[in-house]
Amino acid sequence: MGQPAVIADLRSRIAAIEGVGHRHAAVPFGIPPVDRQLPGGGIATGALHEIAGSTELCDDAAATVFLAGILARIEGPVFWCLRWRDLFAPALDLAGLHPDRVIHVEAGSDTNVLLAMEECLRHPGLAGVVGEVAKLSTTASKRLQLAAESSGTTAFVFRRASPADTLAEGTAAVTRWRVRAAPSLSLGIPSLGRPRWDVHLERVRGGEPKSWIVEACDAQGRLALPAQLVDRPAQAEERRIAS
Amino acid sequence: MGAVDGAARALGIAPGMTVTKARSLAPELAVVDADPEGDLAALGRLALWCGRYSPFVAPDPPSGIWIDISGCAALFGGERALLKDLHRRIAQAGYALQIAVADTPGCAHAVARHVPAGRPITIDPGDQRKAMSLLPVAALRLEGGQVDGLRKLGFDRVEQLIGTPRGPLARRFGRTLHQQLDRALGHAPEAIEPIFPPEVPRCRRGLLEPIATPEAFGRVIGDLVSDLVGQLVQLGKGARRLDCWFHRVDGHAQAIRIGTAAPTRDAAHLAKLLQGRVDQVEPGLGIEAMTLVAPLVEPLGSSQADLARAAHKEADIGALVDALTNRFGPASLHRAAPRPGGMPERSVASVAALDRGGGARWADDLPRPGRLIDPPQPIQVTAMLPDHPPAMFVWKRKRYRVIQADGPERLHGEWWREAGHEALQPYAVRDYFQVEVEGGGRYWLFRLGDGERTATGPMTWFIHGAFA
Repeated sequence: MGQPAVIADLRSRIAAIEGVGHRHAAVPFGIPPVDRQLPGGGIATGALHEIAGSTELCDDAAATVFLAGILARIEGPVFWCLRWRDLFAPALDLAGLHPDRVIHVEAGSDTNVLLAMEECLRHPGLAGVVGEVAKLSTTASKRLQLAAESSGTTAFVFRRASPADTLAEGTAAVTRWRVRAAPSLSLGIPSLGRPRWDVHLERVRGGEPKSWIVEACDAQGRLALPAQLVDRPAQAEERRIAS
Repeated sequence: MGAVDGAARALGIAPGMTVTKARSLAPELAVVDADPEGDLAALGRLALWCGRYSPFVAPDPPSGIWIDISGCAALFGGERALLKDLHRRIAQAGYALQIAVADTPGCAHAVARHVPAGRPITIDPGDQRKAMSLLPVAALRLEGGQVDGLRKLGFDRVEQLIGTPRGPLARRFGRTLHQQLDRALGHAPEAIEPIFPPEVPRCRRGLLEPIATPEAFGRVIGDLVSDLVGQLVQLGKGARRLDCWFHRVDGHAQAIRIGTAAPTRDAAHLAKLLQGRVDQVEPGLGIEAMTLVAPLVEPLGSSQADLARAAHKEADIGALVDALTNRFGPASLHRAAPRPGGMPERSVASVAALDRGGGARWADDLPRPGRLIDPPQPIQVTAMLPDHPPAMFVWKRKRYRVIQADGPERLHGEWWREAGHEALQPYAVRDYFQVEVEGGGRYWLFRLGDGERTATGPMTWFIHGAFA
C-alpha cells in the first residue's frame, strides 16, 4: 500500500470514529480551492451547517444569497424557517432557487424556529432546511445535527446579525461560514460589476479554516473565483501560505 | 304575529299582536303563515353548516345556534377573523343575526339576545359578571312565571339578583333560578349536546374505566383512527379534517380538531396529528367515551404501493406541511409567487404551501435585494438632481460613502390600485438606485419623485433593502 492510500485509509477510519457524515454525499462548490478545504469535497449533506453575516444588513443579505446558491444546487424542496419577515423571495430566485421549491415557515421565535427545523429534519427527501435564529445553543445544535444525520436532510442555521468579533461558542455544526460583502471590481463606467463576497470558513470538522474572496452566485447558484486570482501563478499562493 | 322584520318593527308592529291590529297599522303588510317545523328544520341545517367553524354546534330553538369555538379560532387566523367570517356569510344568506362570544353558553345566549349591537360582541374571559349585571332578568333563560314573579318583587336586572341572599328567592322560585344564574356566570357547568351531520364517517369507543392521561388518550386515538380509516377506505374518501370528542364523566364534551392539507387515509399520520393536540384536553374527573368524526372528506383514489420515488417525496411533504400547519397555524406556512405589480413590496404573493405554482418567476434581469426593509426607511442623502445617484447617505445615524452606483430603475405605481388614482397621485414614481458603499456592501435606495417635477413626489430618499 502506497503512502497516499494509507493516509486516505486512516482518514476514513478517523472520520468513521468521529461520525463525520461520509454516509451522505457532498455538494461541491465547483471551485477546487474551496472544495479541497472541505472533507468530502463540498458541503456535506445530512449535516448541520452554520452561516452568518454580520451586524450589517448587507452582510446578512450576502449570506442569504450564498445559502440560496448552495440550496439551488441540491435537488428537492426547501423549508425556510423564519423569525423575521425581511426575506425577499425574488432574490432567492435570482440565485437559482425557484420559488416553487421553497416553503416559508413563519415560526416567529428562536424556539419555534428550532422546533420547526427539527420537525422538517425528520423528513428525508428535502434539499435542505434553513432556520434563521439569533442564538444557537450547543444542545440545540446537537439535536439538529443528530436529526440531520439520521434523515440525510441538510440543515443550515442562519445566525442573523451575528457580531463578527464574538467568541463563537462550540456547536455541533460541521462547518461554520461567515459571508461578508467585499468591494467589487470597478468597471470604469457608472455601473456595478458582479458583487464579491469575503467568504470565511471559520470552522470545519476535519479541516482547516480559510477564507476566500469570491464572486457572487450566478443564476444557477454557482460561485466563481475572481479572474486575477485564478490566473495568478500557483507559486504565489504557496508562498503566501508559507509566510 | 309570530315574528317581524326590522321594517315592520319600525312601524310599531311587535310579536304577539293580532294580524288585524297589525294590518290596521300597515295595510300593505305582507303576512306569511308561521311554519314552526320548517323553521326548526332550517335551523338544524344552518347549525350543521356552522360545523365548518367548530365541531361543536347545536341548534337552540326557536332562533339560536350554539357554536363552541374554543380552540377553533386558530384555523381561521384568530377569533376576530372567525367571527367576521361567520357574520359575513350568514348575513349574506339573508338572515338577521347577532353574534356573542363568552366563556359560558348562558352568558353568550343572554348577550346575543339582549344587546342588539349589530356586529359580533366578545365578552372577555372572566367578564361574565360584568356583562350580565345590567341585562334584564329575562336574559337568564327563566320560565315566564319566574320572570313575572321577579318583576313584581322589583328585580329588573341580573345584578340585583346577584347581590341578594339566595335562600328566600330559592324557596319562592325553585332551584332553577340560581342554577341558571350560576350557569351564566360560570359557577356551574352546562353541557350542550352537539349534533352531527347524518352521513359522516364516525366511530366511538366507550371506556370501561374513565381515563385521564395523554398516553391513554393516545392509545384510544390509535384505535379510533384505524376504525375510521377502514370506513374511509370503503367510501373511497380521504379525511381533510378530523374532530376527536372527549366525553367527560360530568357530561361535558370537548373536542380537538386537526386539518390536513390534502385528503389522507394514513392512519399513523392522522394519529400523530391528533396526539399532538391531546394536551389541550382537560380530563377533569376522567373521560368515559371518545368519538372520532371526519366532518370534511374528499375523494381519494386507492393507491398502489409507491414505486416511483417522486410520488413518495410528495407524500412526505404533505405530512410535514400538516404537522407544521397544526403547530404554527395555517397562515404561517406559504410559498412565494410572483404577483404582477409595480412596487417591489407588492410583487410577492403568498400561496398555499402545497399549491403547485405554474413555474412563474420574477424578471431575472432586474436586481432585487436579499433582505427587504419594509416599510422603507427615510434616509438623508447627498445627491445631485435630477438623475445622479447618491454620493453619500446616512442611515440609522451611520454615514455611508457611495463608491459606485447603478440606476435609476424607475417604477410607477399601479394604475389599478386606489380606484385607479394612484398613478395620478403624487408619490407614485420611485427611482431606484443600487449603490455600493465603502467595504462592498450594496444597498437599494430610492427617491420618491422623478427628480424634476415635484408633482411626482417630494424628492425624499428611502432605503428599501440590502443586496448580496
